Amino acid sequence: MSTIDYAQKIPNNVNLSDDRTLQRALEGWQPNFIQWWDDVGPEGSTDFEVYLRTAVSVDPQGWAQFGHVKMRDYRWGIFLNPGDANRQIHFGDHKGEKAWTDVPGEHRANLRRIIVTQGDTEPASVEQQRHLGLTAPSMYDLRNLFQINVEEGRHLWAMVYLLHKHFGRDGREEAEALLQRQSGDENNPRILGAFNEKTPDWLSFFMFTYFTDRDGKFQLAALSESAFDPLARTTKFMLTEEAHHMFVGESGVSRVIARTCQVMNELKTDDVQKVRAAGAIDLPTIQRYLNFHYSVTIDLFGADQSSNAATFYSSGLKGRYEEGKRDDDHLLKGQSYRVLEVQNGQLVDKEVPMLNALNEVLRDDFIKDSVAGVNRWNKVIEKAGIPLRLSVPHKAFNRQIGALAGLKLSPEGQVVSEAEWQARQAEWLPTAEDRAFVASLMGRVVEPGKFANWISPPVMGINRQPVDFEYVRFN
Amino acid sequence: MNAMTEAAVIRQHLIDPEICIRCNTCEATCPIGAITHDDRNYVVKADVCNGCMACISPCPTGSIDNWRTMPATRAYPVEEQLLWDELPPELTPEQLAEAGVATDAQAEAAVPVLAQAPAAAAATLAEAPFNSAAYGATTPPWSAAHAYTNLYPPKKPTTATVVGNINCTESGFASETHHVVLDFGSMPFPVLEGQSIGIIPPGVDANGKPHVARQYSVASPRNGERPGYNNVALTVKRVTEDHQGRPVRGVASNYVCDLKVGDTVQVVGPFGHSFLMPNHPRSHIVMICTGTGSAPMRAMTEWRRRLRKSGRFEGGKLMLFFGARTPQELPYFGPLQTLPKDFIDINLAFSRQPDQPRRYVQDLMRERAADLAALLKDSHTHFYVCGLKSMEEGVVLALRDVAEQAGLPWDTLGPVLKAEGRLHLETY
Ligand SMILES: Cc1cc2nc3c(=O)[nH]c(=O)nc-3n(C[C@H](O)[C@H](O)[C@H](O)COP(=O)(O)OP(=O)(O)OC[C@H]3O[C@@H](n4cnc5c(N)ncnc54)[C@H](O)[C@@H]3O)c2cc1C
Ligand code: SF4
Ligand code: SF4
Repeated sequence: MSTIDYAQKIPNNVNLSDDRTLQRALEGWQPNFIQWWDDVGPEGSTDFEVYLRTAVSVDPQGWAQFGHVKMRDYRWGIFLNPGDANRQIHFGDHKGEKAWTDVPGEHRANLRRIIVTQGDTEPASVEQQRHLGLTAPSMYDLRNLFQINVEEGRHLWAMVYLLHKHFGRDGREEAEALLQRQSGDENNPRILGAFNEKTPDWLSFFMFTYFTDRDGKFQLAALSESAFDPLARTTKFMLTEEAHHMFVGESGVSRVIARTCQVMNELKTDDVQKVRAAGAIDLPTIQRYLNFHYSVTIDLFGADQSSNAATFYSSGLKGRYEEGKRDDDHLLKGQSYRVLEVQNGQLVDKEVPMLNALNEVLRDDFIKDSVAGVNRWNKVIEKAGIPLRLSVPHKAFNRQIGALAGLKLSPEGQVVSEAEWQARQAEWLPTAEDRAFVASLMGRVVEPGKFANWISPPVMGINRQPVDFEYVRFN
Repeated sequence: MNAMTEAAVIRQHLIDPEICIRCNTCEATCPIGAITHDDRNYVVKADVCNGCMACISPCPTGSIDNWRTMPATRAYPVEEQLLWDELPPELTPEQLAEAGVATDAQAEAAVPVLAQAPAAAAATLAEAPFNSAAYGATTPPWSAAHAYTNLYPPKKPTTATVVGNINCTESGFASETHHVVLDFGSMPFPVLEGQSIGIIPPGVDANGKPHVARQYSVASPRNGERPGYNNVALTVKRVTEDHQGRPVRGVASNYVCDLKVGDTVQVVGPFGHSFLMPNHPRSHIVMICTGTGSAPMRAMTEWRRRLRKSGRFEGGKLMLFFGARTPQELPYFGPLQTLPKDFIDINLAFSRQPDQPRRYVQDLMRERAADLAALLKDSHTHFYVCGLKSMEEGVVLALRDVAEQAGLPWDTLGPVLKAEGRLHLETY
């Protein structure tokens, strides 16, 4: 069943009304969710009608319906991709067995942890982005921010449903806790580091949605292979929504770059101060933001060697990215993978058992995907006839997690002394001054069709609407 | 579709590599595996894609909605698409002609021709959604008069003087529609029924660029609104809300509706070389319209009326299906009532009459299936559909159903109507 029942309090395509206990439990959680949204959701947006896309079914015809909706009236709900009753587990020790519709007792703790960790990132990004609406560079961008916000909220619902339905009382407690932790809260922070960083300005937001939501894509893709079928189906549908978030990031940065290049060409200069004086963000600053967000995000994949990762894989909880498309034995026993390590102050490659290196495998897939997108940004610079190019820093640059944590390295991958790191950090990572400059550009531009000076208009509007469409109605 | 002797043409489905973010949504969505990718690009296999459109709305970027008219033999192969940094330009008419593609065929290839398809593809064809636009003709009826087009391109508009402007709907209703008459003085501006002209509103848009011209169908016959004068009539609806029903003030339509007699306007055109009426005296015309889509129908009807008065006509039938929300909002409602029944067979559909069920033009068409079927069987019959875009699909579907019920398989009839210039669609 793929149609979503909007007649219900909690729209869903999982026949929620057949399970009264579960329905009541979720209906009990719902007001807390709304309370959370009111408290730390998008600031000052309650009366806006936003041109949002809402799913009415999870098939291609129905999942992207557009219309003006007040965000608070957005019908958050539970949508799973259609299942396949005969689906088989296709990797790990249970390969060839029937996929699980219930949680096997021995994997309960691990699955719960995976779901809670994933779930925790969703409200976190809403919290991180809550002030951004006040400084949107255009109505079009404001709408995109809000679309992301409501969908992150829905992703939270997706995880909470799994917790409530499959993890009993523990699950309900975890679901409560998801609304209690808060991004950047010293006493009760979000689980993963990157989700406690601030997203103070729109350049950070675009970098975040480019890099960090892409982490989301890879994590969700790995989970969508899971032997635990409800998780696989939930995350499959989340992936379709996630794509928009990455689009906002990729096209956002691309438009910032396009505008910068335009200003550089108009003024015939590559002088950072002149570019800044003209109100655009200079390319070196963009590079430093990139370095920061990239390095913080690749930490999200976890330690480069992890026995948990091996367990998750072997027990079928979490596959690799595009597991189904790979042609190896899907057991990975006796295979190896190269990870980086420091020996005598130098980076060296080391072969480790593949199963233990699965975090690194996923990180490398992510890196490949990210680099490809950075090259697309470079095409914009290239087209403008400017010689500079952006690049992602070395994998070991500015890492806080795993064997590379705390290592001092240049973005090119040269190990440097503490003194050199201190001296050159300002070249490599955004400085307080960079952030202050970017912040100084953040003013609210929300007339239809108007754009802040530091960003180009998009190539096309949302859902084939014109760029100057009234994407948000302020009431 | 019509001409198997000419090179087969496809609308090739392509992904814009400059916009695509490689999110994989399309590949995960496509029901028949027509999409593939490598590290660099996402691409569509021309021999697999059947144009079902399932991938279009899930794509977050819009990059997937790109189509190119191509000779089937020269469709871009996957290997080539994988190397692109940007989309290649459309083939020019000359390049297409060189490849053996007739000019008519170019516009006709509105849907991907199913990969010169063996059995397997036939099943997917049946499932592909109905695409009404694919049946619209791009050639005029054989007996149409020759139309002049583009005498005044956007860079070289001409000036016309307003000689009349009246509200032709009952006043006080939301959809106020004006009947506006423009006189060209001694400037040549020959038009035929079914053509349109462009009006350039004065001033500039939000980006400081001069407004682009808006098109309006000619509502008067070829010899002028007032016979023997160099003037044309237009039927212009004041746009006060957009297609979503939000209040908005349409730039050109309000300008035109507010014009005073004696004002001058900048005009470009004329446009249109296929939505033209047949001239031979036994031809039948079926007209299906809503709102200002009535403009070309009025032009054709009035020309027929003048011909009939002059005795130069041999009994070709006129049948009109006309939809509006209420009689008060129906342009020319009064004058329509006075036309003799033996001259024109009028069917009015009102969708917002208090205490009455909503009726749309396609409902009336179904009610009149028997008469329409007889007309469909007659090669002298021409069909014209004009009005808001949203009506088009329902109307063509109704026509299809009428045909099928009468034992005329649409798969055969549709392409014939199109090829012979007998089914014309103009929706906006
Ligand atoms: C071949 C052709 C023939 C046409 N013939 C006629 C004709 O005979 N009479 C006539 O009145 N119009 C006709 N039109 C439509 C006309 O060209 C304009 O689109 C229309 O008048 C609106 O222009 P505007 O400048 O007032 O609105 P704009 O300022 O261009 O648009 C304002 C807003 O209204 C929306 N909008 C545009 N048109 C409509 C509409 N019709 N209904 C609801 N919302 C709309 C737009 O999406 C936009 O959001 C024809 C169009 C074409 C392509
Ligand atoms: S869905 Fe759109 S953006 Fe995503 S890969 Fe396909 S074409 Fe590209
Ligand atoms: S139009 Fe249909 S067949 Fe073609 S790529 Fe898109 S989903 Fe696949």
